Amino acid sequence: MQASMEVGLMQRQWVEYTKSLFMEGFLDSQFIELQKLQDEGNPDFIVEVVSLFFEDSERLLNDLTRALEEPDVDFQKVDGHVHQLKGSSSSIGAQRVKNVCITLRSFCEEQNIEGCLRYLQQLKQETCLVKNKFENLFRMEQQIMAAGGSIPTTELLF
Amino acid sequence: MALFCLWGYLSLWGMDPSHTKGTMPTSTSISARKAADMGCDQFPAGLRVLVVDDDPTCLRILEKMLQNCCYAVTKCNRAEIALSMLRENKNGFDIVLSDVHMPDMDGFKLLEQVGLEMDLPVIMMSADDGKNVVMKGVIHGACDYLIKPVRIEALKNIWQHVVRKRKSEWKDLEQSGSMDDGDRDQNVSEGANYSSSAYDGSWNSSKRKRDAEEELEERDDTSALKKPRVVWSVELHQQFVIAVDQLGIDKAVPKKILELMNVPGLSRENVASHLQKYRLYLRRLSGVSPHPSNLNNSFMNPQDHPPFGSMASSYNGIDLQTLLVTGQLSPQSLAALQATGLRRPTAKSSLPMALVDQNNIFSFENPKLRFGEDQTQHLNNTKPVSLFHGIPTKMEPKQLANMQHPSVQTQRNMNMNMNMNMNMALNIKSEHGGTQLMHLSQQQTVGQTLNNSNVTHLPGIPSTLRNLIISGSVTTGNGTADNSHGPRYNLVSPTSVMVNYPMSQTTEVFQEEMNSNLKVSSGVMSSYGVFSDLHMQKSHDWDSQNVSTLAFGTPHHGNFIHHSFDISPSSLIHHGFPSSQTNGENHNSSVNGKTNFSFLDSTQPGIPQSVDHNSFFDPGEVKNQIIPDASYQTDLLSEDFGQDELLGVFLKQEQQEDNGSVDFSGYQTENICV
Repeated sequence: MQASMEVGLMQRQWVEYTKSLFMEGFLDSQFIELQKLQDEGNPDFIVEVVSLFFEDSERLLNDLTRALEEPDVDFQKVDGHVHQLKGSSSSIGAQRVKNVCITLRSFCEEQNIEGCLRYLQQLKQETCLVKNKFENLFRMEQQIMAAGGSIPTTELLF
Repeated sequence: MALFCLWGYLSLWGMDPSHTKGTMPTSTSISARKAADMGCDQFPAGLRVLVVDDDPTCLRILEKMLQNCCYAVTKCNRAEIALSMLRENKNGFDIVLSDVHMPDMDGFKLLEQVGLEMDLPVIMMSADDGKNVVMKGVIHGACDYLIKPVRIEALKNIWQHVVRKRKSEWKDLEQSGSMDDGDRDQNVSEGANYSSSAYDGSWNSSKRKRDAEEELEERDDTSALKKPRVVWSVELHQQFVIAVDQLGIDKAVPKKILELMNVPGLSRENVASHLQKYRLYLRRLSGVSPHPSNLNNSFMNPQDHPPFGSMASSYNGIDLQTLLVTGQLSPQSLAALQATGLRRPTAKSSLPMALVDQNNIFSFENPKLRFGEDQTQHLNNTKPVSLFHGIPTKMEPKQLANMQHPSVQTQRNMNMNMNMNMNMALNIKSEHGGTQLMHLSQQQTVGQTLNNSNVTHLPGIPSTLRNLIISGSVTTGNGTADNSHGPRYNLVSPTSVMVNYPMSQTTEVFQEEMNSNLKVSSGVMSSYGVFSDLHMQKSHDWDSQNVSTLAFGTPHHGNFIHHSFDISPSSLIHHGFPSSQTNGENHNSSVNGKTNFSFLDSTQPGIPQSVDHNSFFDPGEVKNQIIPDASYQTDLLSEDFGQDELLGVFLKQEQQEDNGSVDFSGYQTENICV
């Protein structure tokens, strides 16, 4: 039947896309943990949490930008922001974002302004990238659901 | 033993799926049903967890994980709010999870205050796994330390810390001789339905310990199990302290204290319970020292008297210093105190108490003062003042040592005792598995060192001073430590805390950021009618493509959404407990006047949240450009899983054959981020 074929295809597309996110390092196993937490009682849990992250990260990135623009940079403050971003990105499994945070923190320790600015830029880039990825993913999910299908479950057995 | 009763009483309480506490029955019943489905009708289901984290993402994830563990979760994004919640609801929580890095208060400070005021187990969390930070957690008394990102498996077992703490406190209770034989038997019979043999073993061992005690006071048979609750007023506590002082360290047993106090209507059990809490308090004082020399001392001899008093007295010495600094203690009093202490022959100078983390002491002092709210005129809780600055009568470590217990043995014991804390703490791990080093319970270790945990004291200290010391809260606006601040440490009755296990629910407290629930009908958060206009909440229609991000209103007062935990079972429970347990509850009422924190009053400046209208899912904003592929990295995959695994797993759900290339509309190619 056409409809179910479409749904099936959409599901496969979703699977492929998700797989690519893992393969390309955008997501790590922590995201799987999040998926486990989502269930019928909380069908939008992941969307909710990811949204929280991007709101928070936007704020943090703004804070970071401002902090690094100051004439006398308070590296401890900068480090604090990065630390938080590292924590939240790791908690949703946004691996590449987290990795940039780690690098950025080392520049903070060295009090290396150049390095901080450079990696702040990278941080913004990575955040934007993964945000788009999530947007795509969620859109696909919505379309699957709209077509009457369900999202395939992912159980990664290590 | 209380644990045994706990198991029994839990069955009384039970998890009734139809028992809804929320204002919106739908979500609560969903979570209740889910709880039942997950087999959440047994302990530790309903464990009341307070999770504190300023990161909203982590907070939400933790909340969900804890809910999935069938715990009753309250989340909070500000440490100050968390503290006020804990104070308002003394027995409302069983365990606290807190992040280390928080903007308004250092997580370690929160840890200390919770440990001191409420004596709850606290687990620290951080993305920081550096050894120093972890050690800091250990030293400040965290019972565990979790590295973020936290996995649900790590949270499943946090109940053990609650049990462990209760167990050690019960042991102290027994060892202090505060329980009659009759009481004990009664409790055992009531707890007969406990299932775990582990507790059986520990019960027996603690019983043996009791028998081995040097002082087995005669049992007082007169006490009925159910006694009217005693309010430990400041005057009463002063009398208690005087009595303890007069009796001396080794002799301060409940019966004699009772005789000395000569208060009609006061029972030995009341005194015993109070004594136990007093000891706990002193132990906390003494157990916080991070001095490395602790680790090097030899292992303690269990026969020796644990010189809590000596420790406490040293700490008291420091307390006195603090008091002096802050003007609460007159130099004359301090001199008198020191003179008293100097009468005692010196034992081998052990830990230089002066080197105790002064910030710790300070922070210990702070919460008491802050209870007075507007009266914290002296101690600024953020000021890291050295306690020994400008003190006219400086107490050298030697002098401090002088103040300690006369016997050399006890001096050594003190070393060992503290050392025991650290050693046991660091070595404990293997019993418990899981996070090894972090698995500490200072209470437990100290509990084990106590075979005769008579409170020690500094004889001759004016009782008013002693009161000041004990309470830690120097003055309120009244100018004397004359209110129920004194016996603050009484407030949490160890057993009464255990029994209230409401169903797995979620409550939240927000300071300035409200996370609106996206799917209002299904989210647990929406089950509370408190989401009023006070909170700027946008209802999101997830069915539509255009979903705006969560709106954050201007900083507003946090709204305390706390389900009233059903405390009626506690009245059942307290039937079976000796009256010693009632004191805790008593204090709740007695200190109400002081703990009326309305955190609605605590206006936090916070960070104004801009109402972010950048749509997360607005297709219109998606730019149709292709970014270079070079940025993709494939090396990360190998870290986690093999490709084949991935393939097999992802295709868990059966897929239909692909007969042709069908364009999946809406699948955008990669977009460039502006």
